[in-house]
Amino acid sequence: MNPFAARNLRTAVLVLVVTGLLILALGGYFSPLFRGSSNPLEAVQAWLSSRFMAIYEFVTVPRDVASLRQRNAELEIQVAGLQTQVIELQQKISEAEVLYSLLDFARERPENRYVAAAVIGRDPNPFMQYIFIDHGSDYGLRHGMPVVTQQGLVGRIDAVTSSAARVQLITDPAMHVNVRLKSSKAEAVLMGSVSREIFLDLLPRDVVVDTGEVVLTSGLGGNYPENLFVGQVAAVKNVEGGLFKSVAVQPVVDFASLKSVLVITSFQPIDIAPLEPTPSP
Amino acid sequence: MIGYLLAIPVLLLAMMLQTAVVSRLPLVFGTADLLLLVLAAWALQQRVPTWWYWALVTIGLTAYISAMPLTAIVATYLGVVIIARFILSRVWRSPLLSMLTVVFIGTMIYHGLTYFIRQFNGVPLDLMESLNLVVLPSLLLNMLIALPVYAVMKDLADRIYPPDEMDV
Repeated sequence: MNPFAARNLRTAVLVLVVTGLLILALGGYFSPLFRGSSNPLEAVQAWLSSRFMAIYEFVTVPRDVASLRQRNAELEIQVAGLQTQVIELQQKISEAEVLYSLLDFARERPENRYVAAAVIGRDPNPFMQYIFIDHGSDYGLRHGMPVVTQQGLVGRIDAVTSSAARVQLITDPAMHVNVRLKSSKAEAVLMGSVSREIFLDLLPRDVVVDTGEVVLTSGLGGNYPENLFVGQVAAVKNVEGGLFKSVAVQPVVDFASLKSVLVITSFQPIDIAPLEPTPSP
Repeated sequence: MIGYLLAIPVLLLAMMLQTAVVSRLPLVFGTADLLLLVLAAWALQQRVPTWWYWALVTIGLTAYISAMPLTAIVATYLGVVIIARFILSRVWRSPLLSMLTVVFIGTMIYHGLTYFIRQFNGVPLDLMESLNLVVLPSLLLNMLIALPVYAVMKDLADRIYPPDEMDV
């Protein structure tokens, strides 16, 4: 055979074989063969990669931990700061809500002038139910002025300094407030007690009193303006042989959590002591 | 001298804590009396010569701020320091027992006088109610806080009047 023709034949056979193999490979006929041969390689590759990464992390992690710790500390400081801000804002919201309520109360009664004050303390002696407020005579506060919240009557000013005042609460056992029952129009005297309960005294037995009836100030005696909300009748008891009913009143004001109060500065209490009859000798 | 100077800030701080915090943490209706405890603990320190001055400052502060009758204030706080010094010098050398005794007697004087003076002034107070709701809970609170207050005041006294200087 002509050498040239023989070489061309081998070339043609090779081209045919390669073309056939390519067609078979592209047709997917060699996939099981490739998969079987590549799996061990991939496993080795994965193992190598994981070992390398382990060594890499071992070398680099200490530096990362230090930086992470620093970052963590920074974030913790930031979180603490934000938590403080949240608490402060919550407190301000709470104060604002109270002040808005007080403002509403003042707007509903435009005939009076008010001074808002914060409660800053309580009397050290548990027998004395008094609170201290942060406004005094510099703001026009005077002895005897009534103190209220948006809910109702709190008490009256007992002592004043230039920048603070002491308020006697209506729950104090020495406190007497002239009140009126809203429905029956009956009048009585509201008194405090050691147990912080308030009750009605001098209410005649024949007066019909229902539980839930509203108790308002009557204005008698000149110590308080009339129609300030004091509380609601909680329980009624007729004392055997007594001249008066025993009536427990649920105060509308929560005295344990008083934060802010309003002092009615336009009301001037009247001292009727000189007019009271004195026993003749 | 520093014992005199320190009386006002320490007692002012105690008064502020009392009115702003302690009085708002009642047990039933009784509250602890931080001023009484501070004064009792201070008067029970052997080397402290300023106990009478601290008593006067306490009386002044309490009379200024509280609606409590002045007689009760003076009798209570003077009584506390006098009893404390008496116990310290003549009866016991056990400081914690002395502290508890002084606090017990002081609390009873304080509440007893307040009760009787208010009764005398025409304020109706039920004896059993007062005892159960105010006096006994206050006594318990005072007894509970007495020992930590004593520890703090003893530390303060040791700093102001170091044992070595006094021994020399």
